[in-house]
Amino acid sequence: MMLKGKKILAIGERDGVPGPAIARCAQQAGAEVVLEMTHCFV
Amino acid sequence: MAVVVRGARMLLAHTPGLVRHGSKPARELARDPALLDRLAARLRPYAAAAAYPPNRVFLGALSPDALAALPRPWFEAAGPEDVRGPHGFLVPEETFYGFLKADDEFDLIWLDEGFVAEIRDALIRHPLTVPEDLARVGEGKPASAIRGRLETDDALPLTLRDGRLIGCVGRAHEEDASLAADILLENLATKSAAVLALRTLITDGLAEAATIPYVINSGEEAVGDRYQRGGGNLAKAIAERCACREASGADVKAFCCGPVHAFVTAAALVEAGVFEQVAIVGGCSLAKLGMKFQGHLAKGHPIIEDALAGFAALVGRDDGRSPILRLDAIGRHSVGAGGAQQAILEALTVKPLERIALRLRDVDRYATELHNPEATEPAGSGNVPLLNYRLLAALAVARGEIPREGLGDFVARHGMPGFAPTQGHVASAVPFLAHAVDGLTQGTMQRVMFLAKGSLFLGRMTQMSDGLSFILERNSRLTTEPEDRSS
Repeated sequence: MMLKGKKILAIGERDGVPGPAIARCAQQAGAEVVLEMTHCFV
Repeated sequence: MAVVVRGARMLLAHTPGLVRHGSKPARELARDPALLDRLAARLRPYAAAAAYPPNRVFLGALSPDALAALPRPWFEAAGPEDVRGPHGFLVPEETFYGFLKADDEFDLIWLDEGFVAEIRDALIRHPLTVPEDLARVGEGKPASAIRGRLETDDALPLTLRDGRLIGCVGRAHEEDASLAADILLENLATKSAAVLALRTLITDGLAEAATIPYVINSGEEAVGDRYQRGGGNLAKAIAERCACREASGADVKAFCCGPVHAFVTAAALVEAGVFEQVAIVGGCSLAKLGMKFQGHLAKGHPIIEDALAGFAALVGRDDGRSPILRLDAIGRHSVGAGGAQQAILEALTVKPLERIALRLRDVDRYATELHNPEATEPAGSGNVPLLNYRLLAALAVARGEIPREGLGDFVARHGMPGFAPTQGHVASAVPFLAHAVDGLTQGTMQRVMFLAKGSLFLGRMTQMSDGLSFILERNSRLTTEPEDRSS
C-alpha cells in the first residue's frame, strides 16, 4: 500500500503495536499522521 | 535476609445487578434506556458464575492447565457450583450488598428493610462476616425513603440481577463531582472487595490481623475530594475493616501494574527491616463491569464481565518454606527502554534473568496479562494472554534458546490460558499468585515470573507504557515434607 501523500489515523494497542510506532512508520513512508493514539483494550 | 510471599487469597463477588453501573453499560444505557432489557436478559445467575471454569481457576478449584484442556465456549461447561475454592470465595450479589453496607462509614448506601431481613441469615452464616457487620448493616430503610432519595438526591439505584430495586447509593456533597454517587459506589465496591480478600487471607491462617504493621493497596480506584482527586490511602480504610489495629498503610498506583509495584515495594520494606511483614491488597474495578457487553450481546453470549475481583497477599521474612521473592532480579521498563513490545518484554524478562544467570526457559511459568479471552474476543480485543506468550516465545527463539518450531510448545509449557475477569490491575499477573505459592511449596515448580504492564498513556500525561516484574522462587530450605504452619 502506498502511503505517500495520504492522511493516517495511527491507532495502536498496548499489547500490540503502540500508536507512536505506527505513526513513525507511516511518516517514514511519506504519510501525514493526523491522529496518533494508543489504546488499551483490557 | 530473604523475603517471601507467605500466601495469597482471591475474591470474586458475582454482581450482575451492578453491571448497569459499569462505565460502558452506564454510558450506553444513558443513550438508549431500552437496552436495559436486552442487557438484563443475558446476565448470568449465581449458579452459572459458580460453575464457570475461569472463575473456578481464579478461586483455585481448577488449575490453569485443566482449563486449557476444556473445550470452548467455557460458559457452556457444567460444573460444581462451589461457593468457595481453595483460594477464595465467590460472594453472591445479595450478600455483597450487605458487605457494601457494612463497609459504609457515611450512610451512603441505603438498603431496603425487607431486603435486609432477607439477607440477614446469609450474612450471619458467611465465614467472612464479623459480628459488628450485622450491627453496621442495621435494619434498613422503608422502600418509600429509598424511592424519595432516588427522586431528589442524584442517588443511584441498587438492583439485583432480576431488576428488583433493593436500595440506593447517594452522593456525599451537592457540588463535588469526586463525591458523586457513582464515584462513591466505585470506591466503596473496591474497598469491600479488598476487605473480603484480606479477611480470607486472615481467616485461612495465612496472616494475623493484629501483627500486620503495614498495608499497601494497589487498586485502580481514586478516593478523594475535589481538592485532592485520588488522594487515596484506601489501604488504611481496608486495614480498619479487617481489625489490623496496628497497621498503617498507603496506596501504590501504576495503572494495571500497580500490584507488581506493590509487591516490590513491600518486599523492599521487609528486606530493609522497616516492617517485619506487609499485606498487599487490591480491590475491584466496578467501572469495568460489562466493559465488553456489546460484543457479548452481538454474539448471543452471556455477559461474562459480571463479577468484581480482589486479592490479598502477605510478604514477610523468610520462614524457610514460602517462596522467595528475588529482589536481585526485578525487571523494570525504564523511560529510555522504548515503547516497542519487544523492548518492554526484554526489559521485564531477559534483563532480570540475565542478572541471575538464567534463561527464559528456566522459568516454569510466566504470569502476565491473564484476561479471560471469552470476555475480550467477542468484542474484537483478541486473546491478550496468548498474544503476550507468543511474543515471549518469539523472544526465546530470537535469543536462540528454543528452535523456531518450538514456539507453540514454549507457549503451552510456560504460559497459561487467561482466566481472570477484566478487572484491570487484578487481571495482571496476580491471579496466578496463589497457584504459584501452591506449586512452589507443595508442587514441583521452581520459579514463576510475574510481569505486568500499565497503560500510562490513558491518563494523557505521557505516551509511555509501564511495566515491572518479579520472580518467585522455591525456598531452598524447603524440605520435601511441608512444614507444619502452626508451629
